[in-house]
Amino acid sequence: MSTSNPPVAEAGAPQDAGAPLLALRGVTKRFGPVQALNSVDLEISPGKVTALIGDNGAGKSSLIKTVSGLWAPDAGEILWEGSPVHLHGPKDAEALGITTIYQDLALCDNLDIVQNMFLGHEPTGRGMLDESAMEIKARETLTDLSVTTVRSIRQPVASLSGGQRQSVAVAKAVMSNAQLVIMDEPTAALGVAQTSMVLNLIKTLSSRGVAVLVVSHNLVDVFEVADRIAVLYLGQLAVSGPASDFDRQSAVEYMTTGGAGQAAA
Amino acid sequence: MADPAHPSDVSTQPPSSPAVIGDSALTDEELATVAPEILAESLPDYFRAWGRRIRNGESGALPIIVGLILIVIFFQAEQSTFLTAGNLVNLFTQAGTYILFGAAEIWVLLLSEIDLSVGYNAAVGAFVIAELLAPPVSLPWWVAILGGLLATGGLGAVQGTLITRLGLPSFVVTLGGLLGFEGIMLELANIDKTAVGGVIQIDSNSPVYKLVNTNMSSTLSWVALVVVLALFTALRLWDVARRRRHGLTAPPLGITLLTLGLAAAGGFVLVLICNMNRGALTPLRGVPWVIPFVLIILLVYSFFLTRMRTGRYIYAIGGNPEAARRAGIDVAWVRTLGFVLAGVTAGLAGLVYESRQGSMATDIDGGSLVLFGVAAAVIGGTSLFGGRGKMIHALLGGVVIAAVFNGLGLMGIAAAGQDMATAIVLILAVTLDALVRRRGTVH
Repeated sequence: MSTSNPPVAEAGAPQDAGAPLLALRGVTKRFGPVQALNSVDLEISPGKVTALIGDNGAGKSSLIKTVSGLWAPDAGEILWEGSPVHLHGPKDAEALGITTIYQDLALCDNLDIVQNMFLGHEPTGRGMLDESAMEIKARETLTDLSVTTVRSIRQPVASLSGGQRQSVAVAKAVMSNAQLVIMDEPTAALGVAQTSMVLNLIKTLSSRGVAVLVVSHNLVDVFEVADRIAVLYLGQLAVSGPASDFDRQSAVEYMTTGGAGQAAA
Repeated sequence: MADPAHPSDVSTQPPSSPAVIGDSALTDEELATVAPEILAESLPDYFRAWGRRIRNGESGALPIIVGLILIVIFFQAEQSTFLTAGNLVNLFTQAGTYILFGAAEIWVLLLSEIDLSVGYNAAVGAFVIAELLAPPVSLPWWVAILGGLLATGGLGAVQGTLITRLGLPSFVVTLGGLLGFEGIMLELANIDKTAVGGVIQIDSNSPVYKLVNTNMSSTLSWVALVVVLALFTALRLWDVARRRRHGLTAPPLGITLLTLGLAAAGGFVLVLICNMNRGALTPLRGVPWVIPFVLIILLVYSFFLTRMRTGRYIYAIGGNPEAARRAGIDVAWVRTLGFVLAGVTAGLAGLVYESRQGSMATDIDGGSLVLFGVAAAVIGGTSLFGGRGKMIHALLGGVVIAAVFNGLGLMGIAAAGQDMATAIVLILAVTLDALVRRRGTVH
């Protein structure tokens, strides 16, 4: 019951190629007696899909919230392109190029696709909304991401399917020039066809050089898109490495016991 | 999100005619939420999409227009004076107050808030205007109006600040406003020595009086109509042409022409009615100034809501406040602004109210007026739950309420009966709307 070559989970483990876009070094977060994150080291590279997996309560959400600037870590540091950064709020993370797409997607049902994509960043001309500029840019971005299933980019988001809504949220992130897109359970509420649509979108996104961090429970989806996999167990990074070093069974073992081949050892 | 292929939705779809607009089938969800002009590529397409939408329960303004026609037929059958020029013009000026109260409510309803204080806020504004206008103050009319709007906008700002900064529910804060502003109004009447018995007369030479009680000349009415229609047509066609040139989504030409044609027909009928002689002894004709006054206010408001950033943020906050916050929108500021705009609009409603009366008195029923405002907005089609609604809804709803009051008044039904009948119409309209909408939508 053991896997061959368990991936090494050492701090500063040599990366396969290029400098990481984002690196966490010994990031720790406590809530009273609860240790949400315990000295986590993680590296995320541009153009790669990193999957963050773990059981409930493993610290996935805490990690996302730390990286997206919702709270500061108690110890450890966050490196962006090699230099330490202090995120004092979501705006700081956004300014760096980190966009987080939460499960609720944060879309306004009553607004159309273009309006949602530009919400908060609308271009104006002579004080009025520049609808033409928005529509042209929105169409470009959606075409770029190969999102072609929507009937009209002027239809309200309420009329879209789950996968299409996810696409709009991703397109919104891409348009804000995000370099790191964090997706929280992007396929959780989707059917088969919708899921494959979103997975393709994630691949397209990373092929454009964007770093993607996907948090997911669904191992099938993870193995389909991830270049690298990091497993959290009780607030600690159990293991991280190329996806090819894992198989379903070893991933599950890391998620449930924090180590591979414990049963066998 | 609900499954687009929800069984109950399927049952409303006639099996013989799959919804095909353009090249692919529409899901019911799309039908329910997408405006037909977005789906349609030609005029016949538009009507097909529209028809399917109605059958699927997303009826838009149709029930309210059908309802209005039924109301008109009923009253005309009961009282042949209903459809006379004199009565219709009277009805339009009556509607002016309800429309403005409706518009005031729409500002806050879009934010999924409510403002119960607009009735007495309007009363405060009307008293301020009347007192600034009358001796001994005797300020110019425009300063008086500005003063009144400043007062009502300020009261709106106070309520908005309490609601957004302290996180209090708008229902409670503005309920306090409803009571408190009545007190302010009574106090304003008390301290004014010229307000005998709580009544201040408005000088009939003042534009405040003339707003409702004088008319544009027949010629000016026609000229104004032609100029407005020409401008409207030019702007619409120019906009559509520009959008096509840039390869953007644009409604088919047929739909644009249809809209323009309907607007022209409506304006023509309105001016025609107003220009008929409605005087009993001396000739009396022309469009009362209050009609263009109210229409311009609605136009400016619509422009703000659809073409300006802050207007869009009002819809965004009503749709999903959390998404708006994450998009970096200053939610508290926009929501406060909504209450300020509701206050200012209440002030305008107070202005029209006192102009129509020719005086301002403490017997104004601010409690009922605010409910007519909410009713006008909701009957017109604005959602009570935020994010959905347009300023034109205040116009539709305001005219319906005025028609009911006017017709019952003609039939000689006393206030008690009028109130009950209006209540029944309101409940009917909302019930019909809710039933029709529930059939088709997922919410």
